[in-house]
Amino acid sequence: MLDHTPQEIRERSAVKINPVNICQPIGAAFAAAGLRNCMPHSHGSQGCSSYLRTQLTRHYREPVMGTSSSFSEDTAVFGGGGNLKQAIRNIIAIYKPEVIAVHTTCVAETIGDDVRSIIDAMEKSGDIPEEVAVIAASTPSYVGTHILGYARMVESMVNAFATADEDTKKQRINVIPGFNAEPGDIREIKRILALMQIDFILFPDTSDAFGAPLTGTAGLYPEGGTTIDELRQTGGSRATFVICRDSGELAAAALERKCGVPAVLLPTPVGIADTDTFIMKLAEITGSTVPVELETERGRLVDMMHDAHPHFHGKRVAIAGDPDIVSGMTSLAVGLGMEPVHILSGTRSAAFERESARLLQDFPRANAVNGGDLFTLHQLIKNEPVDLLLGNSHCKYIARAEDLPLIRIGFPISDRANLHQFPVMGYAGAARMVERIGNTLLDRLDRDAPEERYELLL
Amino acid sequence: MRQVAIYGKGGIGKSTTTQNLTSALGEMGKKIMVVGCDPKADSTRMLLGGLAQQTVLDTLREEGADGVELDDVMKSGVHQISCVESGGPEPGVGCAGRGIITSIGILENLGAYERDLDYVFYDVLGDVVCGGFAMPIREGKAQEIYIVASGELMAMYAANNICKGIKKYADTGGARLAGIICNSRKVDGELELLTAFAERLGSQLIHFVPRDNIVQRAEINKKTVIEYEPECAQADEYRQLASKIDGNDMFVVPNTMTPDELEAMMMEFGILEAA
Repeated sequence: MLDHTPQEIRERSAVKINPVNICQPIGAAFAAAGLRNCMPHSHGSQGCSSYLRTQLTRHYREPVMGTSSSFSEDTAVFGGGGNLKQAIRNIIAIYKPEVIAVHTTCVAETIGDDVRSIIDAMEKSGDIPEEVAVIAASTPSYVGTHILGYARMVESMVNAFATADEDTKKQRINVIPGFNAEPGDIREIKRILALMQIDFILFPDTSDAFGAPLTGTAGLYPEGGTTIDELRQTGGSRATFVICRDSGELAAAALERKCGVPAVLLPTPVGIADTDTFIMKLAEITGSTVPVELETERGRLVDMMHDAHPHFHGKRVAIAGDPDIVSGMTSLAVGLGMEPVHILSGTRSAAFERESARLLQDFPRANAVNGGDLFTLHQLIKNEPVDLLLGNSHCKYIARAEDLPLIRIGFPISDRANLHQFPVMGYAGAARMVERIGNTLLDRLDRDAPEERYELLL
Repeated sequence: MRQVAIYGKGGIGKSTTTQNLTSALGEMGKKIMVVGCDPKADSTRMLLGGLAQQTVLDTLREEGADGVELDDVMKSGVHQISCVESGGPEPGVGCAGRGIITSIGILENLGAYERDLDYVFYDVLGDVVCGGFAMPIREGKAQEIYIVASGELMAMYAANNICKGIKKYADTGGARLAGIICNSRKVDGELELLTAFAERLGSQLIHFVPRDNIVQRAEINKKTVIEYEPECAQADEYRQLASKIDGNDMFVVPNTMTPDELEAMMMEFGILEAA
């Protein structure tokens, strides 16, 4: 079907074709799943909840919990207040959560439900017992994308729990991983922090909920996740490191305002250069030293990049996805000596604008599309062909139509299993990407080689 | 069956005019249904003698979508006029516009329009503020729109806005402006001003209803003027309005005005003094 995508690019203002983004509630529910004993609640119709749970399950192959205000026709007319109250009472009685994280949906926002005041009234009347916290984020799907939904839910965690602490613990830091930090990435970041002996609070910690071991027993809530107590203490940390700016910046700014904890906004640590920046900043702020293990890892990565360099050099690449992961992968590709030809963020982002300008300064002919869709990406590729495509599962149709190798990164990946269990961040993540990209290019070389050029040594 | 919608600025007297008008049409022997499209649900009070009525949406809320029966929501008033109130959410919550869409959808499903009727009247709250309030002029619904106005700038401003709504749906829905009804506020030069205003819109001032306290007295007694004091002059005014509407065949797509044009017209008729 995509063979029919026309090469000629025309100005479009009213339609997106094959968008590279989803709606706010999915980001909000995902973030909420990173709290311990937390029930993500969708204040809207059942389809909103089903959709986001299905999408998350397709990507992670894990069960995803969520409740719904179950809007029907009369709820849309009379307002969702009654349903929300009933839902909160039921959730408390049946599922006994520590936190209920309510996000709104299109219809709830359009009819103007005042979710915060409904919750406040329930707290005042004693309908919500003191041991249960109900937090809320406003997440209409027609504003922003899943990235903003994640950002707003994490911001509401800060607003609800973070408490300023004069007696600041000098070394501890906060880490907000962001929507694009997969369980494998979060574990890698924790490993780096542990190696550097840095005390930290990572929130929301989605690594357990979406990367749980199979133990034979299953509880209602996944193991792990950030606790409310930890969230309270974030106000007493030395700094907040944001791993993915677009999904963590709002919460970090809220922490800075509320508790005076400064935000550290760096490029996402994908590739050697941005991982260096991340680690040096960690050392600078905490006074910790870089351990020899990390130096060895880095040295091994440099060796791998060097050994495979001829395979990367000058290879033309297109990258699509969420802003932070696209910027990160662009940085990694540039570090490998590849040529970024088209980079496209599905979510409009000021940080992407700045990052793409920084990363592409030596590539004046490269296209950076901020807030674009896959139809545009396909047209760009038809006009300026590439050797390799990096993107989510939806990119496979472009890959087939243009006969390109595809490296799956980002969200959603619904046609390959277990990728989220491995990092793309840190030196370990970069090493893995070097292996994946390099050997994918060599596979392609073999596939396309005529018999007389089919070599044993590459 | 003629389907008629009555629009106009809030407080201009839409419900009062509609009930007196339909009462007069009923007196002429016409079979009529009045659908109140105002969340306050006060569009049929005088026709029903103040009977508190179960609204369509109340029934939906209490019984669910499958539990609504036509008999629950439709009451017969003076001159056997069928009275339905759409109802809506309490002030400040939910979506009244969606309520009108839902309510008219339910009435259609229940076959309220399939009975033998000469007229269906929609009494719609205020302006065409959103898609919901445009429901009565959307496809297959009211073909004739009357706007109740007076010689005050805000009433005419609202009337002009409503005309924009009519124009928007004119191609797809076939809704046409059928006339302006003046509900007099005894403003200087009101008749001349509204006659000129209606002509400027490409339409007509179909009737000038004078101001008379009998209307308020009848209203306090939960009756239309026709019923309360059938012999009075005001009752005849409503009868005249009814027969003009019954014989009306002037249905137009209105020419709307810019706010500047509207204000210039007000000044021309001496209502607004140039600053």
